[in-house]
Amino acid sequence: MSNVVLQVEDLHTSFFTRMGEVKAVDGVSFLIREGETFGIVGESGCGKSVTGLSIMRLLPEPGGQIVGGKIILEGKNLLELSKKAMRAYRGKIVSMILQDPMSSLNPVYQVGDQIAESVRLHQGLPENMVEPEVISALRLLRIPAPEVRIKEYPFQLSGGMRQRVVGSIAMSCKPRLLIADEPTTALDSTIQAQYIALFEDIQAKTNVAIMFITHDFGVISRICDRVGVMYAGKIVETAPTREIFKAPKHPYTVALIHSVPRLDQKDERLFSIEGQPPSLMNLPPGCRFCPRCTVALDVCKEQQPPEVKISDNHSVSCWRVK
Amino acid sequence: MAEVLLEARDIVKHYPVTRGLLQRTVGWVRAVDGVSFTVEQGKTFSLVGESGAGKTTIAKAILLLERLTSGNILFEGKDVYKFSAAQLKTGYRPKVQSVQQNPWSSMNPRMRVRDIVGEPLFVNTKQPKKEVYDNVSKLLDQVGIGAEGMTRYPHEFSGGQRQRIAVARALALHPNLLVLDEPVSALDVSIRAQIMNLLKDLQTQFNLSYIVIAHNLATVRYMSHGVAIMYLGQLVEYGDTEELFKNPLHPYTRALISASQLTLPEDAKDGAKQIILTGEMPSPLNPPPGCRFHTRCAEAGELCSKEIPDMRQVGKNYVKCHHYK
Amino acid sequence: MTVAPNIEAKTTNKRKGGVSRWSRIMKNLTFIIPLSIFIILILTSIFAPFIAPHDPEATSLTERRLPPAFIEGGSTKYLLGTDSLGRDVLSRVIYGARVSLSVSLMVIAITAGIGTLMGIASGYLGGRIDGFLMRVVDIAMSFPGLVLAMLLAVALGPGFFTVVIALSALGWAGYARLIRGETLRIRNSDFVAQARISGASSWRIMLRHIFPNVLNPLIIIMTLAVGMMILAESGMSYLGIGIPPPTPSWGSMVSDGRNDLDVAWWISTFPGICIGLVVLSGNFLGDWLRDKMDPRLRQL
Repeated sequence: MSNVVLQVEDLHTSFFTRMGEVKAVDGVSFLIREGETFGIVGESGCGKSVTGLSIMRLLPEPGGQIVGGKIILEGKNLLELSKKAMRAYRGKIVSMILQDPMSSLNPVYQVGDQIAESVRLHQGLPENMVEPEVISALRLLRIPAPEVRIKEYPFQLSGGMRQRVVGSIAMSCKPRLLIADEPTTALDSTIQAQYIALFEDIQAKTNVAIMFITHDFGVISRICDRVGVMYAGKIVETAPTREIFKAPKHPYTVALIHSVPRLDQKDERLFSIEGQPPSLMNLPPGCRFCPRCTVALDVCKEQQPPEVKISDNHSVSCWRVK
Repeated sequence: MAEVLLEARDIVKHYPVTRGLLQRTVGWVRAVDGVSFTVEQGKTFSLVGESGAGKTTIAKAILLLERLTSGNILFEGKDVYKFSAAQLKTGYRPKVQSVQQNPWSSMNPRMRVRDIVGEPLFVNTKQPKKEVYDNVSKLLDQVGIGAEGMTRYPHEFSGGQRQRIAVARALALHPNLLVLDEPVSALDVSIRAQIMNLLKDLQTQFNLSYIVIAHNLATVRYMSHGVAIMYLGQLVEYGDTEELFKNPLHPYTRALISASQLTLPEDAKDGAKQIILTGEMPSPLNPPPGCRFHTRCAEAGELCSKEIPDMRQVGKNYVKCHHYK
Repeated sequence: MTVAPNIEAKTTNKRKGGVSRWSRIMKNLTFIIPLSIFIILILTSIFAPFIAPHDPEATSLTERRLPPAFIEGGSTKYLLGTDSLGRDVLSRVIYGARVSLSVSLMVIAITAGIGTLMGIASGYLGGRIDGFLMRVVDIAMSFPGLVLAMLLAVALGPGFFTVVIALSALGWAGYARLIRGETLRIRNSDFVAQARISGASSWRIMLRHIFPNVLNPLIIIMTLAVGMMILAESGMSYLGIGIPPPTPSWGSMVSDGRNDLDVAWWISTFPGICIGLVVLSGNFLGDWLRDKMDPRLRQL
C-alpha cells in the first residue's frame, strides 16, 4: 500500500460566536494516501468545508479555531507549525481549489501573473524560468494556447476555463495534497465531466493526493476512491466508493443515497429524510442522526455510537452495526 | 391525451447589445431562437439545458417579466399578448405563478410570512385581512409549515422551509400552472426529496401543471412527463420523458445523460464509456451556422456545419439532427 | 457552503439564552444615553424661556468675556461665562438649540423626503422618467450652493425659512442619487420579480418592497446629515445670510467666538460641544434605529 500523505486524527474545530460555541468539526479522523482521491460528502453545515480549511489553517478569523486533534501531513503535525512555517507549506505542499472560480481570481491581474505569483513565492526560480513554469502549469490543466492565455484577464475566460486556471495555480508548485472544495458545483454538467476527467489525468501525472469535498453523489461516484460521509460535524461512515453505493451501512448514508433520484430508472416516489440537521450549538446527546433516523434504538438517544470497523477500509459509527 | 394548457409557438427573444454614449446597437444576443412546445393540464413539462441555453428567458416570458421579440404564447388556446390589461389581471396572471430557485432571495426580508404568502391575495382579491390570514394558515398547513410560522420572518427558516413557504405563496391564487425555476437546486440533498415529493403531491391534489426549468437530469426524470432539451437558444430534442431517457436521439442529449449518470469507476470499464464533450457552448451573440451543436459534436458531418436541421419525428419523440432522415 | 444558515435558523429560537446579560445592557446603553440627550435637547429648546437664566440677547458691556463659573474669575451669575458683548453663553446655548435643531431636522425631513421619492421613482420606473430626473439631479449637484443661498437671501431676505429653503433646495439631490442606486439593486431582486408575478402594481412594489429595503442607507445618511446641517447653517450665519443676529444659533456662536479663542475659549467651545453631542447621539440613534427596523438584526 502506498504512502500516507495526510492523516487527520480526532480533529475538533469550533467557531466562537456571540451566541456560543459552534462545534463545526467534532472529532473527525481519516487518512489519504499518495495518488488517492478521498471524497468528503455531506450537506451544508455538516463541517466538510471547515475540515478543508482547518487543514489549510485558513479558518475565518475571528472566531474559527482548531480546538484539538492532529493534522499530520507528510509526517509533520501542521498544528505545531508556526504561522510562518505554515505559509511555506501552503501552496507548496498543500493547495486548495475553491468553489467559485470568478472570485478566486483577481480581476485586475493577467492570468499568467497570478500563476507566477505562487511559482515565485515557493520555487525560487530565476526570473527567466518563471514563464516556462507557468505555461507548463497551464498545460497540465489542458488549457489550449497557454502562451496566449497568460496575457488574458479573468473576465475574458469562460467559467470552465477560469476554473482550470484556478487549478493551474493550485498545481503550479506540484503539491503533495490538493484540497478541492466543491470545484465543480458552479459548472455546467458537460463542463463538469471535462473537469473531472482532467483531475484524473493530473493525478495520474503527479500522483497527488486529492481531498474532494462535495455534496454531489454523482461527482463522488466518478472521481473518488474512498468516501467519508459527514453529518453534523462527524464522519459517520468511511468506505471505498463502490461499497458506499452498493452496500451502505449507516442509516444516514442509506437514506441519502435513496433520496437522490436515479437517472437510469423511473422512481415513483423518492425516499425522503424528514426534518432538518441539528443545530451545531445544541447537539443531541446521543447519535446526531437519531432524531431523523427511522431505525433508531433507545441507546441511540443517550450515547454516541463508537466507530466500528467492519472490514479493512470500511468503518461505521452506528449502534445498529456490530 | 390531456388537454393543452399552454403552448409556445416559435418564440424568439433577442437582446440588443449596445455600446458607447449613444447606446448604439452593435449586435444581438439570440437568447431564444424559435422554440415551440406545449404544456398539458395536470402534467409536468421540463426545459433542460446548460446555463446560457435560454431556458430562464422562456420562463420569464411566460411569467410576463420579459416581452418576446416574436412568437406567441397561447394560454387555454388564446394568445396572451392579445389580452387586455384587465384580461391579464383576471385571466392570466393569477393562473400562472412561480417558485424561484433561490429561497434566500425570493422573499422580502422585511415582511412577515403571512404577508409574503398573502400578498397575491391582497393584490388580486378584495378579501379582508382576516380572511387572507385564514387562507394563509391553510396554505402553510398544506406545505407542512404550520400556522405558527405566520408571524415570523423569512430569515428564521431554513432553506427547505423557505422553499415550502414559496410554494404556499405560489398556490395562494389557485393557479393552473406553476413555473418552477430550478426549484430544488439551491437546497441540500436530503431536503430536495422532501420538496420534490411535496410538489408531486400538490400536483395530483390540485391537478396542477408545472413547467420545470432544470439542469439536473435525474430531477427531471423524477418530476416530469414531457421534456425538451435546449442548446444555445433552440430545442434539440423534445417529447415524452421516459422515451427520451430510454432512447435518447440527439448527440447532445446522450452527452448530457452520460455526464449526469452515477458511474462507479469499475462499472465504467464494462463498456459503458462516458461521453465527454470537447469545448464549451459558443456565445449566443454569434451562434455557429448550420446545426448549433456541430462545433462540439463528435458525429458532425459536412452537412451539419452548413444546413440548419429541421425538427423531425423519430419514433415517439422529436429531434433536430441531420443524422435522422 | 457555510455553517451560517444552520446557526441562523436555530439561534432565533433560543436567542435569550445565548446573549450575555452584560452585552445586552451595553446594547441598551448605547441607545438610552443618546436618546436621553436628544430628548433633553428637544425639551430644552421648547422650554427655553423657562430654563434660560438670562435674556440671550441682552448685552452687558461691563461684563464682557467673563469666564465660566468653575474657573477663577468667573461668577455664578454666568455659569458658562459671557461672550464679547457680555451676553450669557448658557442662555444663548439654550436658545441656540431651538434654531440649530429645528433648522437641521426640518432640512433633513424635506431633503430626505423629496430625495427618497425621486430616487425610488427614478430607479424603479426607469426609462425617460429616470433620464429626466437624473439630469435634474446632475444640475442640482453641480449648482454652487452658496450662490443660490445668497440669491435667496437677497430675494427673500435673511431669516429662518430662507436658511431652510436654501439648504433644502439642493440637498435632496444626494439622497436621490443614493436611493436610486439602492432601488436599481433591489428592483432586480427575486422578491420583486415574485411580487410582479403576483400581479402587484408598481405603487405597491415601490411602497412595500423597495422602500423598506432602502431604509438602512437612508437612516445612516440622515443621521450623518444632522451635524452637517448645523454646520451649514453656521456657515451661512457667518456670511451674513443665515439667521440674522442677535438671534443665537450654535453655528453662529461658534463663528462669533473664533476671534476670541485665545482669550475666551468658552464662547466657541460650549456650543461646539453641543454640536458634537448632537452629531454623536444622532449617529448612535441611527444605528439603533436601523437595527430595530431590520427584522434580521432585531433579535440580536
